[in-house]
Amino acid sequence: MKNFSKIINGLLMILTAAVLLLSYESCSKKEGKGPTLSGDEASKVYVEPGKWDEFYYFISGGFSGQLAAYGIPSGRLLKVIPVYSVNPENGYGFTEETKPMLNTSYGFIPWDDSHHSELSQTDGIPDGRWVFINGNNTPRIARIDLKTFKTAEIIEIPNSSGNHSSPFITPSTEYVIAGTRFSVPVENRDVPINSYKENFRGTISFIKVDKDKGDLSIAFQLIMPPYDYDLSHSGKGPSNGWFFFSCYNSEESNTLLEVNASQKDKDFILAVNWKKIEELVAQNKGTMMASKYAHNKWNDETHSATSEILTSTRTFKPADVTGCLYYIPCPKSPHGADVDPTGKYIVGGGKLATVIPVFSFEKIQKAIEGNLTDGNVEGIPVLKYDACLAGEVQNPGLGPLHTEFDDKGFAYTSAFVSSEIVKWNVETREVVDRMPVYYSVGHLTIPGGDSKKPWGKYLLSMNKMTKDRYLPTGPELTQSAQLIDITGDKMRLLSDFPTIGEPHYAQAIPAELISKNQVKIFNIEANRNPYVTKSIADAKVVREGNDVHVYIAAIRSHFTPDNIEGIKIGDNVYFHMTNLEQDWDIPHGFSVMGMQNSEMLVMPGETCSIKWIPDRPGIFPMYCTDFCSALHQEMQGYIRVSSRDSNTPLTFSTGNK
Amino acid sequence: MKKTSGILILLVALSFITIYFVPVWSISLDAPQYPEGLGMKIRINEISGDLKTINGLNHYIGMKTIEPESITELKIMPYILGFIIITGIAAGVIKKKSLLLAWIVMLIIIGSAGAYDFWTWEYDYGHNLDPKAAIKVPGMNYQPPLIGSKQLLNFTAESYPDAGGIILFAGGIIAVIVLLYELKISKPNNA
Repeated sequence: MKNFSKIINGLLMILTAAVLLLSYESCSKKEGKGPTLSGDEASKVYVEPGKWDEFYYFISGGFSGQLAAYGIPSGRLLKVIPVYSVNPENGYGFTEETKPMLNTSYGFIPWDDSHHSELSQTDGIPDGRWVFINGNNTPRIARIDLKTFKTAEIIEIPNSSGNHSSPFITPSTEYVIAGTRFSVPVENRDVPINSYKENFRGTISFIKVDKDKGDLSIAFQLIMPPYDYDLSHSGKGPSNGWFFFSCYNSEESNTLLEVNASQKDKDFILAVNWKKIEELVAQNKGTMMASKYAHNKWNDETHSATSEILTSTRTFKPADVTGCLYYIPCPKSPHGADVDPTGKYIVGGGKLATVIPVFSFEKIQKAIEGNLTDGNVEGIPVLKYDACLAGEVQNPGLGPLHTEFDDKGFAYTSAFVSSEIVKWNVETREVVDRMPVYYSVGHLTIPGGDSKKPWGKYLLSMNKMTKDRYLPTGPELTQSAQLIDITGDKMRLLSDFPTIGEPHYAQAIPAELISKNQVKIFNIEANRNPYVTKSIADAKVVREGNDVHVYIAAIRSHFTPDNIEGIKIGDNVYFHMTNLEQDWDIPHGFSVMGMQNSEMLVMPGETCSIKWIPDRPGIFPMYCTDFCSALHQEMQGYIRVSSRDSNTPLTFSTGNK
Repeated sequence: MKKTSGILILLVALSFITIYFVPVWSISLDAPQYPEGLGMKIRINEISGDLKTINGLNHYIGMKTIEPESITELKIMPYILGFIIITGIAAGVIKKKSLLLAWIVMLIIIGSAGAYDFWTWEYDYGHNLDPKAAIKVPGMNYQPPLIGSKQLLNFTAESYPDAGGIILFAGGIIAVIVLLYELKISKPNNA
């Protein structure tokens, strides 16, 4: 009996242990795993309250259509800059002044898919003046002014679709480039989809950037064979004057690309000698093609945008630019086309390749001179792979996508499928370190990591999936960015944080290059908005037929006027509000009950206008939406709406005068 | 008067020319919401600085708007300063003790009158408040100090002479020392 109870006891203990073990297992499965941290990671990303981060990171918002500015190393979200999507939070795309920014040849579009940010550069070094970002869905390029963090300009790219290999720039921001990922008929027309090979084309657009003002204009478009031009980067140093584009679907398939565009062992990197084409443009060569596209510009003095529809572009076919275009075979379905800081090497990221090819610019030139080709595509010479190759990185991880560089001769490649970052030596092509990331990394960004001057301190890995990384939020989860210290021989994971939208690519720059140029307020005296109210005495309400223009002055803590009568049902009421403050960080907001529109936030010295069509009689309160002062709650007013046939006189007032 | 004394007085008078180009007095305001600080610089002919912001804030307590155009003293002061400089130069060149004495007395009178005038403006702005103001604190006035620091609600107001005021004050001291020195060395001669 004693033995029996011993056995029972023993069994019970084993059972208890098993239950404990299982419950521990199920607990630990809920949260994500990570590398063993060495202890001081927290202090490396801790930025004291009140202190500033060392770098600005501009992370694309992907399907949010916007661009987000983060401080690194803390990972603090500083601002979401509205670019392609309407933003009811501040009225972008809703106010009369901002609506033209989202105009296209298709009319007003409230959204796009913004993939890649690119900082302007001078002599190959990021200068902190502007950041560009592409709209992928309805092809557009935007320029954001980093003095104001406002979208300053959006230009539509005609004859293109899937504007993905954009908006990369030449070393002194002479051009910003846009390439077509989805070839389409140029000009677009009604043709059978299976006539792809004969009717579809890809285009590569070179958009001139005004040296001082940043104004964009399409300089020329190359009408190319119908491949998917995926990503691109400019040459620099010895390779300055050239631009490199990865392209897949050299199979020229128009259906089930997953399979059909994955048949060939090698696709291409396209090398474009843009300096040479620039000479042809100067000689007025090329064909002017009728193309309809919108060009939208913001003006900081009128505080409004204008949209112009342009009607032609200069185009070149491959035959018009002989000696300017070369295809370099690249294994397999390449994604990234990245150039190292010296400008000597071009790295292809073959999604389905087992190696990373590193091409030598010098060897490419020799191959061109020696005519070392394997035939041609529509007259574009295809250079021999081996003749261009400096070497291959062996065993680089599965699904290599993008490569950035540090200032010590190392390259860092993201591997999507094996979910890791692989560090390798650019000269020897040897892998020296690798680190898992969570999960499925797309792009990675080192400050200046695609320029001549990387600041090789941090690497940000932008990941497509988060699964168990954070507290769960139902089926729809955030994407993430992971911060990695790259100062040592071994990469070290420091932190990760959720991002807005989908972070495709980011650009980063030492904060000081941007923070020193910040605009704090707009000078009210320089405000040239046609509906400006420069002083309280100028506030008024004017009826022009069914249009009623309300000129509102806002200053802490009241609107002038704040009592308005004589508005009628069906009137087009335009509230033009000027913020009279000349003090930093004192915006005023404006909203009206039942207005089928957004609110608007008006910065000091700015004028914004929003339209309201009242549809019923009554009293409609309006109020300031941005907590502006101790008496913010008192910053309110009333609008009286009367029936169409009423004879309520138009009156307006503030205070009992 | 000795030659060096004359030269010193001449230099003092000439140094007063810089007062046309630098602020005489400075009032600074600090509050939690204004880490960058707010300030007013009082020059011989104008008041500059964050006037617009300060006026904006002052409306809550019902203080009158500070309008430099309405302050007559700012129009007169450049001429008075010119007169001081010219007479100072004269005192330095002519080198008569009596003239120096007269100049110093004038300097003291004008300086004191200026300070008093400034104080009355501060008093007026700080006490004559709109009775309908949003913020009313019983017994509270908002007169900044003539010299020194004072807490005015969430603001710490500090008022100190700026470069111009310091030059004026230092010049006056030097002139007094010169006068005392001259009186001392002249006494044995007279005896």
